[in-house]
This record gives sequence, C-alpha cells and structure tokens, in this order.
Amino acid sequence: MTKYVGKPISRVDGVAKVTGKAKYAAEFKSPDLLYGWVISSDIAKGAITHIHTADALQVPGVVQVFTHENRPGLAWFDLSYKDQDAPPGSPFRPLHDAEVKYSGQPIALVVAETFELARYAASLIRVEYKVEEHATDLHANLSKARDPKLGVASLLKPPPPKPRGDFEKAFSEAPVQVSAKYVHSAEHHNPMEMFATTVVYEKKGKLTIYDKTQGAPNSQLYVSQVFGLPFKDVRVISSYVGGGFGSGLRPQYQLFLAVLAARQLKRSVRVSLTRQQMFTFGHRPATVQHISLGALNDGTLTAIRHDAIAETSQFEDYTEIVVNWSGMLYPAPNTKLSYKLVPLDVYTPLDMRAPGGVTGVPALECAIDELAHQAGIDPVELRLKNYTDRDMNSDLPYSSKELRECFRQGAERFGWSNRNPTPRSTRRGHTLIGWGMATGIWDATQGPARAEAVLTVNGKLRVSSATADIGTGTYTIMTQIAADTLGMPIEDVLFKLGDSDMPLAPIQGGSWTAATVGSAVKVACEDLGKKLFKMAQKMKNSPFANAKPDDIFFADAHIRLKNDPAIAVSLREIVGQNGGRAVSETSTSTPDFLEQRKYARSVHSAAFVEVEVDEDFGTVRVTRAVTAVAGGRILNPKTARSQILGGMVWGISKALEEESVLDHQFGRFMNHSLAEYHVPVNADIQDLDVIFVDESDTIVNPLGVKGLGEIGIIAMPAAIANAVFLATGKRVRELPITLDKLL
Amino acid sequence: MNNFSYSRPEDLNSALGELTKREGAKFIAGGTNLLDLMKENIERPSHLIDINHLGLNTIEATADGGLRLGALVTNADTAYHENVVTHYPLLSQAILAGASAQLRNMATNGGNLFQRTRCYYFYDLATPCNKREPGSGCGALRGYNRIHAILGTSDQNSETACIATHPSDMCVALAALEAVVRVTGPAGERIIPFADFHRLPGNEPWRDNTINPGELVTAIDLPPKGFSTNFAYIKLRDRTSYAFALVSVAVALEIENNRILDARVALGGVAHKPWRKPEVEATLIGQPVSEANFQAVAEALIDGAKGYGHNTFKIELAKRAIVRALQQAAKLEPTA
Repeated sequence: MTKYVGKPISRVDGVAKVTGKAKYAAEFKSPDLLYGWVISSDIAKGAITHIHTADALQVPGVVQVFTHENRPGLAWFDLSYKDQDAPPGSPFRPLHDAEVKYSGQPIALVVAETFELARYAASLIRVEYKVEEHATDLHANLSKARDPKLGVASLLKPPPPKPRGDFEKAFSEAPVQVSAKYVHSAEHHNPMEMFATTVVYEKKGKLTIYDKTQGAPNSQLYVSQVFGLPFKDVRVISSYVGGGFGSGLRPQYQLFLAVLAARQLKRSVRVSLTRQQMFTFGHRPATVQHISLGALNDGTLTAIRHDAIAETSQFEDYTEIVVNWSGMLYPAPNTKLSYKLVPLDVYTPLDMRAPGGVTGVPALECAIDELAHQAGIDPVELRLKNYTDRDMNSDLPYSSKELRECFRQGAERFGWSNRNPTPRSTRRGHTLIGWGMATGIWDATQGPARAEAVLTVNGKLRVSSATADIGTGTYTIMTQIAADTLGMPIEDVLFKLGDSDMPLAPIQGGSWTAATVGSAVKVACEDLGKKLFKMAQKMKNSPFANAKPDDIFFADAHIRLKNDPAIAVSLREIVGQNGGRAVSETSTSTPDFLEQRKYARSVHSAAFVEVEVDEDFGTVRVTRAVTAVAGGRILNPKTARSQILGGMVWGISKALEEESVLDHQFGRFMNHSLAEYHVPVNADIQDLDVIFVDESDTIVNPLGVKGLGEIGIIAMPAAIANAVFLATGKRVRELPITLDKLL
Repeated sequence: MNNFSYSRPEDLNSALGELTKREGAKFIAGGTNLLDLMKENIERPSHLIDINHLGLNTIEATADGGLRLGALVTNADTAYHENVVTHYPLLSQAILAGASAQLRNMATNGGNLFQRTRCYYFYDLATPCNKREPGSGCGALRGYNRIHAILGTSDQNSETACIATHPSDMCVALAALEAVVRVTGPAGERIIPFADFHRLPGNEPWRDNTINPGELVTAIDLPPKGFSTNFAYIKLRDRTSYAFALVSVAVALEIENNRILDARVALGGVAHKPWRKPEVEATLIGQPVSEANFQAVAEALIDGAKGYGHNTFKIELAKRAIVRALQQAAKLEPTA
C-alpha cells in the first residue's frame, strides 16, 4: 500500500522551520548559561610560548580562560578521540599541548557570563608563538605524494583497483588520445548554521548536549570516550540541523570545548563559532588529477589512466574515492588508476557533498568530452558506445542502471539534437553560447540501523531513530514510510530523530539515509504490525482468530481481512486492550549482504547545460540545465527534486564560483567570509529542470531507493566546463572557471 | 568587539560637539560596514554617535538646477528617487549594482562614501595590513590579491605599502558626475570636489579620504548636468549579484551629431579611489563616436597599471570594460 510513498508530500517539519519553532543547537537556553568564545591561532605551524590571559581574567563577568596549560587530564589514546568518520591517523585534540598544527587552530576558550563579554575579553588576550616554517601549497609539494594509510575507513572508501590489461601499450597504440591535467580548489562546506554546542549541566554531572551534528550518537560516543563518561550520562540532541553537507560528520571542536568548560565549571555552557571559524576545520581537499584516454577512431575506449593527488593534514590520512569512478563508468580493457596524498600543515579534509565523486567524475567527464570532440563524435553517442552494465572494477553487474534512459530523456527535454558541435560558432552579439553534457555516478549504499515504532494509547504512531535531517527531507520520507507500512493517516504519524537516546542509526552522509533508516523504519513498523495483529487475534470474538499474517492488511488505521476488507479492527481498539499502555517494537534492519555483494550498486545521472559567455569579459552564466536521474524508487518527488536542484546549484557553484584560497605566506585561508567565499546568489540561477527516470531495483534495499543527496552535484561541473568549451573554444581544466581564465 | 557607549543626539551641533569631546568616538548611520568591522575587532570606537535623527534625509533641487542628496538618505531611496532616475540614471544604476536590497535599505549616502576596503588582509587580524595597523606591512602585495588595485598603488616601502581598492559602486558614478561633498565641522562648512574626497594610499594608506577630524558629511551635491541620454555603468564581478566589483566603469557622454561634447570615464575596483583621468577624457572631446577612439582612451586610462599576480587580469579586463561602456553610452551597443 503506498498512499503516501511516491507522493509529493510537503515537508512535515516545514512549518516549524519557517515559524522559528524549530530550535537549533545555539538556541537552547539554560538558567545560568555561560558563553564561550574560541581564540584561533594566527600561525600555521609552531608552538605557543605564552598566552597572556591576565587582562581577560580581570574583566568582571569573565569566568575562566581555558588553554593547553590549564586543561584537565583527558583520555590518553588516539582511539578515544576517533569518531565514526575518523580517517586513519591521530585525531586532532583541542588544547592538547603548545603545538600549533594549522592556522585557525583553537588555542583557547574564554568563558564569561555573556557572549559579548567573552568576545570582548578574547580581544585582550595576547599569544606569543615560536613560528616554524609551514607547508600548505599542494602544487609545490607534489613530490611528497605517497599512498594513503589504510584503516577502518578504507572499507567504505576502497583504494583504487589493481590495473587491468596493459594501459601503456593500449594508450600508445590508440589512434585517438587525450591527456590532460585537472586542478580543483579547496572548498569549505559553509552551511548556513554555524557550528554550535549548548551543554546543559544537569544534576550529578549528567550532560544534555545540543549539538550541531549529522549524527547525535557520534557526538555522544566522542564525548563519552574523550571525557571518560558513561553513555547514560551523555545525551546528545540534534533535532534540526541548518545544513551539513558533510561538515557535521565529525564532532567539531566547539563540542569538545563546551563540554570541557561545562565539566570544569560545573555549569551550562554554550560555544558557537563565527563564520571565519567555519574555515578552521574540515574542507574539501585541493586536488591535482591527470587523465589519459585512448580510443579507436569510432570512439571505443581502449585505455584509461586516472591519477589523483590530494592534500591531507599532517596527522590524519583523509581519503575519498576520486579515480575509481573511471573504472566503473567505462569498460576500457586497459585501465590504470592511482590515488595519493600530500600531507600539509592544514586541518584534516572532511567529506563534503559527493566527496571524491564531484572531484574525479568531473575531471573524467571533461576528458571524455575532449575525446568526443577529437574523435568527432557526439558526446552522448560516445558515452552510449562505451556503455556498460557491469562495474569493471569489481566485475559485477549493476543491480540496476537506467543511465541510458537518463541520456535519452535528458537529451530530449534539453533539445540536444539541435546542438551545434563547432566550438565558438553560436553567438548573439557579444554573447557566445555553448551546450555541454556529462554523466554522474554515486554509490547506492545501505547500512544497518535501528528504529522504534510505538502505537500510543490514542492510536497515534510514533517512530524514532537517532538519525539526522540536515535539510534533506528525512523527517518527511520516514513519516511517509511509517504511515504506509501501518496504513495510518499521515497526520497521525510522528517521526522523531536526532537524539542519542533513540535507537542507533549511523551518521547521515553518503546518500545512504533514505535506504538505511528507511529500511529500519519499515521493519520496525512491520514488526509492530505483527505484534498488533497477534494482540488483535487474542481479543474477545476476534474476527482474525483463524487468520494468518498473510490474510490481513493495514489500512485507514485498521487491520483488515484481505478477502473481506469490511472485516476490520481498529489499531486504537487493539492498543486499548493493552492495559492503558502503548505498544512498541524496536527493530534492526541489516542489509542483505549476501545478495548485495553479487552486484555493484550505484545511482546515475546525466546533466545537460547551456551557458552564455561574454566574449570580452569571460563572464559565464548557466542559462539552462536539465538533470535526469536514475535513482531507484522516488519516495517523495518534491523533496527528491529539491535535493537534485540543490545539487545542481552547487554544481554551478563548484564550476564557476567556489574556492577557499590559501595564502601560503601565512598558511591561512583568506576569503573566510560569505562576502568573499562565493556561492551562487538567486541571480546566478536560471532555468533548472529535473527528471527522474523509472528505475526498479530489488537488490539495493527493501525499499528499492537510491540516495539522492550527492548525485545532483556530480555531473554539473563537467557539463558546464564542456559547455564553456563549446561556447568559447577554450578548455578550462582548473575549477572554478572564473572570468580571468577566459579572457 | 570592544565595550563602547552610545548616544543619539537630535541636532547637528550636538553631534559635532560629541565627536570633538569624546576621544575615539565615531558616527554611525546605517552601520552596514561599521558594525561588521566592530565585530571583527578592526574598528574599536569608544563611543558611537547615532546620527540617524539629525535630519539630512531629503533629496532636494539646488538653486543651480542640480540635486542635493542628504547624507542620511538611504542608498535605496536615492536609487529609486524620481529625480535621480530621470536625470541621473547613471547614479541610480551604479547604486543598484552594489550590495543587496537589504543592505541598500540600511546604507546611507554619507556612509557609502566611508565604506572601507574589502581587502582580505584588512579584515584578518592575524595578517599584516598597513591600513589597519600602520607599519605592519601589506599581506596582499605577495599574497592573494585578486580583488586588489592595479592603479595608484603604494608598493615601494613595506611600511606604507597598500594595494587596497575602494569598494563602492555609488562613488564611481559620483566621480563621473563630478559631485561635490558638503561637510561641516569645527571649522565650519566646506565643500570637497568628489575627485579630492578619496585619496590614494601614498605614504598614509590608513587614510581613506581627506575629511578632517571632527567633520561630518551633510550632503552630496549633483551638478545640473546628469548625462541622462548617454551613460553606462558596467560592473564585472565573480557572481551576478552581491559581490564587489573586480572592475566597474561609469561612463557619461554628451553627444551631438555623432560628435562628443563632453566625456567622463570613472573606474571602480582598480584603485584606492574611483579612478579618473580628465586629461584623457578630454582627448575625446570634439571627436566622432568611434570604436578606435574608445580603444585609445581605454589604453590611455589604464596606462601605467601594474598587476600583482592574481589581479593582473584586471588590466586587460578594465580596458575591455571601458570600451564596452563607452560603446553602450554612445549607443553603439545595446545596454545589458
């Protein structure tokens, strides 16, 4: 029964959000709340020789200044500091010692009775450093590239596969060859909501922590391990998140600092970061990629080489999947892929929307466009010629792959058949016009998760799981799934999330929440349904006394007989038999690993883009874009479309605007404000269109859904770069394509 | 942000008196730049004098046929004022090319003149900046200088080096229109021709303008000539809105029978002040409207420009923008 699933239900949390009822981490109050202000390091590498805190401490209302000199003893081992998304290495420990590892590192926390006082007192603190030479320039340090260390994280982010065939031979013999270098900048997530933590210090030192995070249990784990507290004394709540994009996959330092201060002072404490400080933790790493493609004259790919070098910190080996996509998308018999890291004096990079995917795939898809141009073949045709239903890396069939249909429907909607293939030949006055397209691919994964389903004495359904909703629509789709599974009207269903007291769910990332938590919600509701059915059977004169589970169904808040739906018992009546208590069930959903391992599982897309470029000024505008997505079953076309639109806007951002710029004199990101770190404004966004093609998949998960969080961004940058090439005749292989690169 | 006191005088004389009386005091009007700078600890006034209740908030015709823009009229009200739209459309367009609707609703005409550079280093206390902290050096000179100046810079002496730009759009149009700034202060009233209001960094990069301590801008006078027929404002930036100009050009022409009678070209985003060269503009006078003439003017206006790496592209970009703006103003080109 799908009364709600598949329908464009408006966000169930929408009203709370637009009326301000939805409270975010920095909005929770507590009597006697103290406020912390973080002091960040001015230098990129060296040691603090002295922190002068006396002036600040003399300000009435200033309670304490925490530094490495007066912090309490904490957990000794790296393992205690490892959160669920920690890469191999030694996690950064705030206020650990005098060492400065990167510019912007938190080196002190001023705690005062008001926010303003804390901020003012911070300005009175003077720090002396012993400065050491830093290295922050990826391009100047490419010779230091090395293989990443392996760790638990490598399970989700496998290293490149072994070479297939003989790339060198095949490439040298290929009549059509393309070799190019692609450079991407660092980027920061910059969600609208700044990172913040409010720690409410309860009786007996119990902590209730309102944190900005993409996984309340992850923050709970971190706090409990680092501060040596039992789980029961640490409750983390994160009901609403004002954007995450990956930045909340790891606990950020304000959580550590707020908990430290609250425990030392035995008072409630809030620490929130400034926009400038939003540039002082994880970021999308800068990368350099080299791609070489060899093909026959008819466009058949024979050889692919894809090498990537990315930055990481000196203390952790952050990795992402950059080059593997080349082996997954194109069935060239000879491939050679490599991925290496250069450690620099920066903070550890961090997963950011489509981590690695929107790095590697755009480079690959630009190279494929170069190949198509060189071979004189339409870019869509070239991709169809090299289409594969098997992932050649794992040599497994895709569980489903309607990418062909994405090409067909996307091209048709866009009007691709009218494309003029000659570069710099379509113009209107000073405006050059070009069309481009590209493919997108991302994982369709599912993890284990738990959920609880409760039928209250009033006959309402309450479902919960400790997942997060970072704006993706999780609240809404889970409510739809629960309502349909138990045949409840949607207004009688409440889904709750973001509380470490709730049944465990993994961090919200990697586009896996719909599949992972959705499956858990479905199982929990099914299990609750079974329980209710058994209870119904035991009722006096039960019409179901002789019925089997297969004989009944749930609809309109009733259990009904399939062969005579008029015979029914209401769920409220059943729960009424439970002695005034609600009926609940907590269940775990685990992926069917045995079945899933026989398949490669991915979500696909194709983006078609029109750009206008001013021939004199190099200003680029994306005037039209169509993205067609093969994303399995679409739970909610409205929230799904919003996800893809958001991804497309970010694709425009990445292609044309977005860049965190390091000044290597100071080893510091310099454009650390939203005035100078550019993301699109409304005026940059014109006609965007989204198509979901039909795709049925019984392997990926019981719901048949594929995550949509990342796929929207992946194809866009290359489609734009390829359109810019057609408009101007110029290949810009360094993102973002700012106007100076086209002058 | 430091601790500061606040007052709200009701008349001009008390406001001026307070400024003289209190050391480290500053006027605040819309606060769209000052409050940001205070939060970043770059400006640390001991006292804020709120001047929003002094009047100075009207737009009126002047006796000579020009227009007086009160210092406290908002940028938005100025841009949409009927007289401005009709007679000084260049000014209206330039204002609307700047900031965002929300900021223009708060920002005042006087305040616009005093907005400070958007140089990354000026805004970051961890880095050197001679404008913020005299003698500390210039981080931008060998750093990330994409948005920085190519003309009239100070780069010889590390203790006075400054390659910052003035970020205003409105001021570029005011420079082209040869507005006059009216100020009042302890020494009485005086007027400052717009070209003399802002200054190049020279040996004192911490000084943005030529106003004296204790003075307050009361109005901006526009001369009668509004160039409402042949004008253009082109702003080139890294996104379509809510971004400061990499290069902007205000052009005002007077044309009769395809001959140029008067010409003004002012540039934004390229120097510490709106950039003009009247002697170059003069070469257009008496000339026919032609692309070749415009090219020559563009070359001459940018002559002597110097790039510092990330901003070197501005030299070519500025030339192209000047030519396009002149063509648009002369109606050789459709306006954007």
